[in-house]
Amino acid sequence: MNIKDLNKEEYILPGNSSCPGCPASLGLRLLTKAVGDNAILVIPASCMTVIQGAYPHTSIKLPTLNIAFAASAAAASGLSAAFEIKGKSHSIVVYAGDGGTADIGLQALSGAAERNENITYVCYDNEAYQNTGIQRSSSTPYGAWTTTTVKGKLEQKKDVPKIVASHNVPYVATASIAYPIDFIEKVRKALKIGGFKYIHLHAPCPTGWRFPAEKTIEVGRLAVLTGAWILYEIEKGVLQLTGPSKNLLERSARKPIQEYLKLQGRFQNLTDEMINKINEDIEEKWNEIKLTIKLKENL
Amino acid sequence: MIQVLTGNHSAAYAALLSDVEVVSAYPITPQTQIVEKIAEFVETGKLKAKYVRVESEHSAMAVCVGASSAGARTFTATSSHGLLHMSEMVYWASAARLPIVMPVVCRTLGPPWNIWNEHTDMLLLRDFGWIQFFAESNQEVLDTIIQAYRIAEDERVLIPVMVGLDAFTLSHTSEPVDVPEIESVRKFLPPRTNAPYVFDPSNPFTFGNLAYPSHHMEIKYMHHKAVEDARKVILEVDDEWNKIFCRKYGFLDKFMCEDAKVIILTIGSSAGDAKEAAKVLRKAGIAAGVLRIRVINPFPSKELSNILSNVEAVAVVDRNLSPGNGGILLEKIKSSLYSSKYRPFIKGYLAGLGGRDITVKDYIKIFEKTLEAYKKGETEWFNLNLEMTGS
Repeated sequence: MNIKDLNKEEYILPGNSSCPGCPASLGLRLLTKAVGDNAILVIPASCMTVIQGAYPHTSIKLPTLNIAFAASAAAASGLSAAFEIKGKSHSIVVYAGDGGTADIGLQALSGAAERNENITYVCYDNEAYQNTGIQRSSSTPYGAWTTTTVKGKLEQKKDVPKIVASHNVPYVATASIAYPIDFIEKVRKALKIGGFKYIHLHAPCPTGWRFPAEKTIEVGRLAVLTGAWILYEIEKGVLQLTGPSKNLLERSARKPIQEYLKLQGRFQNLTDEMINKINEDIEEKWNEIKLTIKLKENL
Repeated sequence: MIQVLTGNHSAAYAALLSDVEVVSAYPITPQTQIVEKIAEFVETGKLKAKYVRVESEHSAMAVCVGASSAGARTFTATSSHGLLHMSEMVYWASAARLPIVMPVVCRTLGPPWNIWNEHTDMLLLRDFGWIQFFAESNQEVLDTIIQAYRIAEDERVLIPVMVGLDAFTLSHTSEPVDVPEIESVRKFLPPRTNAPYVFDPSNPFTFGNLAYPSHHMEIKYMHHKAVEDARKVILEVDDEWNKIFCRKYGFLDKFMCEDAKVIILTIGSSAGDAKEAAKVLRKAGIAAGVLRIRVINPFPSKELSNILSNVEAVAVVDRNLSPGNGGILLEKIKSSLYSSKYRPFIKGYLAGLGGRDITVKDYIKIFEKTLEAYKKGETEWFNLNLEMTGS
């Protein structure tokens, strides 16, 4: 697929209230272009709640159900059930932040995944509660400054795609707003599959991560190229690396982590020891993926 | 056809007869039998519905919100802690103006754990903008749930409805129940229409986005007015039900109230025992009556003050507690009577918490104590020797 093959229709209108360089609105723009007209969006409390704009206006051209923080996967299940009984076929797409996914919405997400509901759940992961003013979430990475981890977060980032994959759903993928074709291809693939689909979209946030607004894509690319964020998909249980991550299995192929960290104000107070730990954690994650791929090859 | 049904199965049959399309629920004692029976209806093909077996009550109501937004007739049931756990979505459902119907098997809240009857759970959510009924019998449970869909889906209303039934005394107790033919129920309750809005990608709109202070109050006023306007619709629907099925309930169940001088005012199944007590007092020449409030929201303040305008003393029996405030019903009744020219003597009783029995004997005692207190008045002449006064 080429960028020229993209749907020309715009579903996210200009003049909305996103911050400059916002990855959430960019992510939704790409997502809706991939999804097309026949869809209903479900959006829990998050940055997108604000970005939409206020009544009687909206910046989203698709029908949208705004819903309570913890409730998006369940509300989407309800929409899906209603359309099924009425014999209608629409794509039900959740677009939730990392707080609404990894923390308060995790139970409903797990419930919907276990029931294999016919919905597509996209988590835009800006790695903190950015909408309420940059508080740490379980998806905030180790070492990152937030307004509730002023000396840097002490715990690791929760691996939500891995949790969802352990529900044995038909499709799980990671993506990045910096690699739009990779993301859109994953969304298109997901929509063709029946049952529960999960895509975890890495979304570098200039406001919360403390980098200049014009560097959103650059930071997103560096997250992938340093190996800090890995692009893959798990289809029917089989993991495959995608995009640039395909060529990053060996540590020597990856850029040094400092290139990613140094652009972001939230990592300004890292010690060498902390950077070492970040490197070790990344290596561990890649080793896990290597093992998974090797096991598959040996089967 | 007359069947012997528990309150829980009466609720399940009501869902079946209402042709509900999406059911979502989570188990909790003593509600579980409702959703078990519905699962059986769905799995045996008796009921053509999608059954979403969720992982919590919060999700149960979220599923109902999603399904109802898409135009489906939607059902769930819960009780006690389940109701409180789902409460965020309960408020969402009414503020989103979705015609969901939910029986609540009224059960005590812990700690300490207690599965028996009390009305605190549902009364705590009185201010959540739902229409709230409390039933006295299993027949009333069945009839009210079917009526509830007509009321909730009426375009003048579009407000969800809770139907309270007492834990165990109704939920697990069998009574003869007249189960109407589905064809006649379908005439009374046609399929839900798409009016005014349901989700449809060919006509996109947004539900529940931000509203600034410039619009918020008007939206809330419309919600408030819809609950007020439901008064008329509740009576219309009840009249129509009566024409077809020969049973009528109204807002208030008035038992020997016409000439009553002392009245017990209460809600739920225990009113039956209060009525037996009133009969005993009548035989002893005391004009006793019982007034059972069937609709708690919208509250029948006017009807209530009309009836109480000829009554000397009222006993309000609260099977609920707002710690620090007392009985929720007592407060509501007192404030309802504030603008009346005549306000009877009122005494509150907190009784039957945590499923403790309130027997017919207890109600006789409550009548007697209320009359005694009324005669003494607010100020009692303490240690007064009436003989010395010559009276």
